[in-house]
Amino acid sequence: MREYLAIDGNTAIATAMRQINPDVVAAYPITPQTSTVQTFSQFVADGLVDTEFVTVESEHSAMSACVGAAAAGARVMTATSSAGLALMWEIVYVAASNRLPIVMLVVNRALSAPINIHCDHSDSMGARDAGWIQIFSENPQESYDNMIQAVRIAEHPDVLLPVMVCHDGFITSHGLERVEIFDEGEVRDFIGTYKPQMPTLLDIDNPVTYGPLDFYDYYYEHKRQQVEAMRHAKPVIIEVGREFGRKFGRSYSLFETHCLEDAEVAIVVLSSTAGTTRVMVDRLRAQGLKVGLLKPRVFRPFPAQELVEALSHVKAIGVMDRSISFGSMNNAGPLFLELCAALKIYGGDMPIVDYVFGLGGRDIVPSQIEQVAHELLKIAETGERGEVVRYLGVRE
Amino acid sequence: MPELKGWKDIPIGGLIVEAGNAVEYMTGGWRAFRPVRDATKCIHCLMCWVFCPDSSIMIQDSQMAGFDLDHCKGCGICAAQCPTQCIEMVEEGRIED
Repeated sequence: MREYLAIDGNTAIATAMRQINPDVVAAYPITPQTSTVQTFSQFVADGLVDTEFVTVESEHSAMSACVGAAAAGARVMTATSSAGLALMWEIVYVAASNRLPIVMLVVNRALSAPINIHCDHSDSMGARDAGWIQIFSENPQESYDNMIQAVRIAEHPDVLLPVMVCHDGFITSHGLERVEIFDEGEVRDFIGTYKPQMPTLLDIDNPVTYGPLDFYDYYYEHKRQQVEAMRHAKPVIIEVGREFGRKFGRSYSLFETHCLEDAEVAIVVLSSTAGTTRVMVDRLRAQGLKVGLLKPRVFRPFPAQELVEALSHVKAIGVMDRSISFGSMNNAGPLFLELCAALKIYGGDMPIVDYVFGLGGRDIVPSQIEQVAHELLKIAETGERGEVVRYLGVRE
Repeated sequence: MPELKGWKDIPIGGLIVEAGNAVEYMTGGWRAFRPVRDATKCIHCLMCWVFCPDSSIMIQDSQMAGFDLDHCKGCGICAAQCPTQCIEMVEEGRIED
């Protein structure tokens, strides 16, 4: 039976985890941990899941325990945020390189210093080259839906990569919204029984070594294999999103557009801010202004060619970045940099600018998105790009 | 050296799926000093066998029978712990084979 609950994003994720019923969840139990793990530990205590819940002394150990459990053949999930992800760093790479299909919630929150617990994308953007698939969710419903799909994507035999499901700290993680929760049986049918694709540590008839020394003679080949897995991930993400739509009624792909087909200018933005932007696009459209929205859902693998095709007709693009790649070209954000590269390779010479916003949880308000739209329309009209990187909402 | 395989022909994730293949890795090539035993002083206590980190002490009929020089890295632990000092570490360059 499907039901509608008023829950926050972290509870939506914990609910998805309860229905997925993973074999092992290893997590650091205190801050910067998320309430997802707290809620899930209650499900464990109440006997609602069969999960072995491992509390560890650090996030580095949390991911290490996940790696060990996954290598032993378990379906493994965890959650983290901000400094927690930073402390996991070394093992985040190990999980991807060992090709272990771990699924992890990352509640996007700012990194220290100064200490800040609020939303921006610095944490997961820093991990963008670690070899994980990264899916960004706009709201609690998407978080719930993405968590369920992430299991299928990660475990697909052509992929076998860990997946980060990201949502915005506090805005999505702690904001109550209406969330459709599926029947548990339907969720379990969708994800299926876990069958490890590789020999596992507990299979004593087929002994295997995980994580051995790998020098100049083979390390490179293993990295090349990871590239291939990322290439396979794209069609798998699309197919799983379609199948999810057929079963549950909401389809997903690599990105989502709103009023983009006939737009003169496009705003490209991830996660919860796409919701605010969608509302503003509708208001601006009512005024006759041809503004469109493109919300990437999947940042890794980056759907470069697909994004360029979707944007090819617009006269100006404004990217909104909730993190900074310090020292990069014009100190821009990662989303902007990737899209610039994609436009160079796949063709698109329209002006493109970057709007940094919302760092450390700074509010992003509709009037600022309206400002972005008007600036883009002016760029489209004059053909003059002006400042490459602009800062929304920072005090001068 | 065996022929190196391409990325399509090796297990993913750096997994080693054949058990016990470390024996094929000739770590003896790392050795700078070679253990040389004076068999007349050896009491076959097998302390060298206990301590050798590379299982390179060869045993025959419960007696110390020599070194597995394909795998001995020349660390010298055997010489250091030998109660009769019958093992000497000799620089490889000085050894006349």
